Parts: sequence; structure tokens; C-alpha cells
Amino acid sequence: MRGARIWGLVPAWVLMLATLMVPLLIVAAVSVAERGSYGGFAWDFNPLSYREILFSEDWDGNLVFDPKYLAIIGRTLLLAGATTLICMALALPVAYVIATRPPKTKALLIYLVTLPFWVSMIVRVYAWLIILGSEGFVGRFWHWIGGEGTLLFTPGAMLVGMVYSYIPLMVLPVFAAIEKLDPALLEAGADLYGSRWTTARRVILPLTWPGLAAGAVLVFVPALGTVLEPMLLGGGKQMMMGTLIQTQFGGARNWPFGAAVALVLMAMVVIVLVINARRSIRKEARA
Amino acid sequence: MTRGKAVEVFNVSKRFGDYQALDHVDFTIQENEFFTLLGPSGCGKTTLLRMIAGFETPSEGAIVLFGQEIDRLPAHKRHVNTVFQSYALFPHMTLAQNIAFGLENLGWDKPRREVRVAEMLELVHMTAFASRRPDQLSGGQRQRIALARALAPEPKVLLLDEPLSALDLKLRQAMRDELRALQRQTGITFIFVTHDQKEALDMSDRICVLGQGRVQQIGTPAEIYEEPENRFVADFIGETNFLDAEVIALDGARARIRTPLGLEFDAAQKGLSGPGPATLSLRPEKIGLQEQATGNVLTGTIRSRNYMGGYTHFVVETGGASLRVSRRNAVSQAESYAVGQEVRLGFRDESVRVLAR
Repeated sequence: MRGARIWGLVPAWVLMLATLMVPLLIVAAVSVAERGSYGGFAWDFNPLSYREILFSEDWDGNLVFDPKYLAIIGRTLLLAGATTLICMALALPVAYVIATRPPKTKALLIYLVTLPFWVSMIVRVYAWLIILGSEGFVGRFWHWIGGEGTLLFTPGAMLVGMVYSYIPLMVLPVFAAIEKLDPALLEAGADLYGSRWTTARRVILPLTWPGLAAGAVLVFVPALGTVLEPMLLGGGKQMMMGTLIQTQFGGARNWPFGAAVALVLMAMVVIVLVINARRSIRKEARA
Repeated sequence: MTRGKAVEVFNVSKRFGDYQALDHVDFTIQENEFFTLLGPSGCGKTTLLRMIAGFETPSEGAIVLFGQEIDRLPAHKRHVNTVFQSYALFPHMTLAQNIAFGLENLGWDKPRREVRVAEMLELVHMTAFASRRPDQLSGGQRQRIALARALAPEPKVLLLDEPLSALDLKLRQAMRDELRALQRQTGITFIFVTHDQKEALDMSDRICVLGQGRVQQIGTPAEIYEEPENRFVADFIGETNFLDAEVIALDGARARIRTPLGLEFDAAQKGLSGPGPATLSLRPEKIGLQEQATGNVLTGTIRSRNYMGGYTHFVVETGGASLRVSRRNAVSQAESYAVGQEVRLGFRDESVRVLAR
């Protein structure tokens, strides 16, 4: 019986091994390899790529601390964090309104939230390029109120694009959490003299926290590795970890360095996931 | 004793789309009264309670709370509190925090809050549980905390939405007594919603029977049971035998009736305007068997017998009509009537209620 159960997992294990573990090991191996003379890499052990993240050689060949890549990591964390917070703030009222509609309206609204997934991500980000551009309605409005230059190719433009791309991933778990709430709890909040705001803050928010946490992981993790928004809306001027990795494998042809940054990014993701896992384990233990 | 008016419901109607939940409901609840809204599910009793709480608005009519019209007042500004059917305790707060929630929103300072929370926990015998969370409690304990939380802000009116329906039988009986005692002790007006007629008869000062969105009758438990005003009330409260009869003369509240069983007598009537067909309501426990058969006497055959502990229920067939008869097992002689046996049965004129058919 026990043996049969283990055999049933074989397809999953094979899939994980072939599509995740093996490529991951290859990336790890590449990250400690020598940079190839004509791009690619050579099989010589050399952990210099990791050193390159923090230090660079000056003209005399001395190692000096160089924060340029740290700045990229910092910017990535900041933008991903800001995206997560903005998504939370926007998703809460949206999810609340959806969850409190009649069943038919609710189904329709949830369908609308997932609608953007039916269109290619690139197309959707391009759409923002047009909307924010000087001919788009937001761009025009910006000029009409006396704004200078273009809204595009700024951290703000990237943030708008990222919030737009990832917010459905926040709305859905928060919606699920709010929908699970006993409506009588909200009525009890009002019955006990709590204004809408008090009830939202003291009843809805604490009880939807698991949904918000799940949404935060779903938004923050892909936001860390985002490539499209910085490339298109950031105009490639504002390098993020995703675009950095992409250029190392592409234009710069420095595979070992690209692989090293990719592993650092993955480490960051794993840290977020571990924190989240510990939180939910603690919660399970308490329940 | 003169009492003020706590809640006045003026001609309130409520429609949900095409569905008429309440149809011109009109009554007044006195201060310090244990008032029960009783009716089958879907009769509109919960809707009415939710209107008083502020969770629904009437489509028509007005609700007045201690002389103040409250239709425009949001729920959180009404000085009434609710004990919810599901209790709706805040799962992320301790019991003490649950009870203090309303007090904080009313702006009570901390020392005053603490005193009140301790008082409330004591009132419901839950002092030892102050720092527990709702999910660590049994149903009956949750019920008590829900009560304490609703009573803490000293509401003018306490609304109870079928609060006992989730408890088991034994506990329900105990909570009935506790609720009744709490109401006397606090002097707060209780509005109690239930579909359980036994609960309603046991606890209430007055009962409002609702059916099909309308007030069917308002009165004391005894009035509701003994003097039902229509067939709906007679049928819903307790058990009864309905018999078709003919009114041959009407004199105010008295009617001269003739039954297909061949009897002719005078009885109290309600809702009839003249001679013609009518319905008799006769409670099973008001029919005597054999030596207890007095008044109008018939003979019949016992068709079935159900032993219920304190009572035995018989179905007796007489002249084409089946009568349910309930007999208290004072001495264990109920056994002595067997199925198929011929018995004398009788009832007195005053036991019969004549109603419109």
C-alpha cells in the first residue's frame, strides 16, 4: 500500500527533476564557471561571478566595492515591495465590494478580474506604453495639467505597469478570504457601534490577513523577477534583476554572471517563501 | 404598572423583488417586556428583527425606538444590540476583547471598560474564560459570551435571533431559564425571534405570531394558546383537532354550532361575521376519555396509541372524524386503553374555539 503510494508520485518527481532540478543545477554550475571568450562559458571552476556582484576591478586591477549591482537589487526589492503594498491597498476594497455582491454579479466581476490573463502579457504592457505615452490619454492629461516631458521610462511607469500586471493575483486570494467571512461578523461590528471604518480595520482586516499574506507572496515573488515592465515601461534605463539577468545572457554574453544573479534572485524568493511557510505552519499549529 | 413604549412598528412592509416578506405589520413593544416574534421559517420574523437592528430598511412604514424614528439611523448608531443566531463572536479576539468591543466604540475609558467586562463575565458565569478565544468554547459558552457582549453596552433593547437553535435539548432548556432570569434582572426589553413555539410559550410576556408576512395574533402565551384568533395560529401553536362545523346562530363572541358528529352547543368564536360554515379547534388534551369524558360526550374507537413518556397520544375515530386525544400519564393506566377498544370521549363547550374556515 505504502509502496504503491510512492510509485504514484513518480511522474511528478520525474517532471520536477527534468524541468526544475536539472536546469537549476546547470544554472548553479554555470554560475561558478569561467566566462567564455566568445560568450557562453567554459568549464573552469571560478566563483568570480559572485564577487562581481559586490566588487569591481579598477584600472590598476584592485578590487573596490561597487554598489551598482546592489543598487539594482535594492531597486528590485523596492519596486516589488511597493507593487505589493499598492496591490494590497487597491485589492482590499475591490475584493470587499465583489464579495458582497449577489452571486451572479459576483461571478461576473471575478471573471472580469481574471479577464486580462486572456491577453498576452506583452500586449498588455505595450498598451500601457501607449496609454502613458504623449498620445495616450494619461499622457495627454499629464501635459494638460502642465506636466513636462514624458511619463514613460520612469520608475513610476514601471510601478504602474507592475501593479496592473499583478493585481489580479492579489484580488483573488483576498476575495476568497473576505467571502469566507461570516457576514454576521460585519453586522456584529456595526451592531456594536463600530463605524464602517472601525469594522473594516478591527474585523475585516485581521480576518482577511491570511488572504492578504497569500496575495503578497503571489505578487511579490513574480514582481522580483519581472522583466517586461522595466524593459518596456522603464525603457531599459532602470535596470532590475530580471533585466540584468536577461542582458547578461543576451547582449553582454556573460553567462556565469547572469547565472550568479539568477541564483541570488532565487535565494531572495526562497527566503520569502520560507517566511510565509513558517507563518502558515505557526497558524496551523495554533488552530 | 405603566410602562413606556420601547419599539413601535408602524405599518411596516418589506419586499425583496417580487417577494413580500412583510405585509403591513403594526405593533408596539412595551419597555421591560420579553416580546417574542414567533412563526415558521420565511414568515418575516428575522427580517423584522434585522430592520430594528438596522441591517434592513423597510420598503414602507416606520420603526420608532423610544420615541425616535430610526429609519435613517445606521446600525452602528442605534442603541440596540443583537445576539446573532451564529453568535458572530470575533474569532481573532479574546472573550474579554469581544465584550469590550462595543464599549470601546462607545468611547468608554479603559478602567470603566474593564469593570464592565468583569461584570458581564460574572453575569454569564464565564469569568475564568476571559482570555480564551471563541474557538475554544462549547456552543453553550459561546452563547453566553454573545449575550454578555450584547448586554455590555447597556442597550435599550436586546434583539435575539433564534439564539438557542444551535444548542442541544438539555442546554436549550437551561438557557431558556437563564435568558428569562437575565431579562428580569436587567430590565432590558428583549425581542426574541424563534420558530419554536415551546420556547415562545415558556419565556415570553407577549408573543407576536407572524405568518405569511402578516401579524396573525399578538397576546400573552395563554391567549395565543387558548384563544387563537384564526386557523393559522391554532395550527402553528401546539396541536389541535380541526373539525368542520356549521354556525347556526351568532351572538357577538358566542356562536351556536352544529357539528357533523351530531352535537349542538355554544362556543367562543373569533373572526366570524354570520351563520355559515366554520372550523372548530379543539386541543387534544382537552378531550377526556372514559370516566373523564364530560360535557359533550361521544363514543369512538381507538385507532392508534403513541406512548410519549409524560403523555400518551391516541387517535380516536368517531362518526367519520379522527380526533387526536392526549392523556396525561398521571397513573400508569394509559396502558389500559388498547387499540381497537371502544371508548367514551367528551369535551366541554369552553374547550372549543370557533374560527373562520
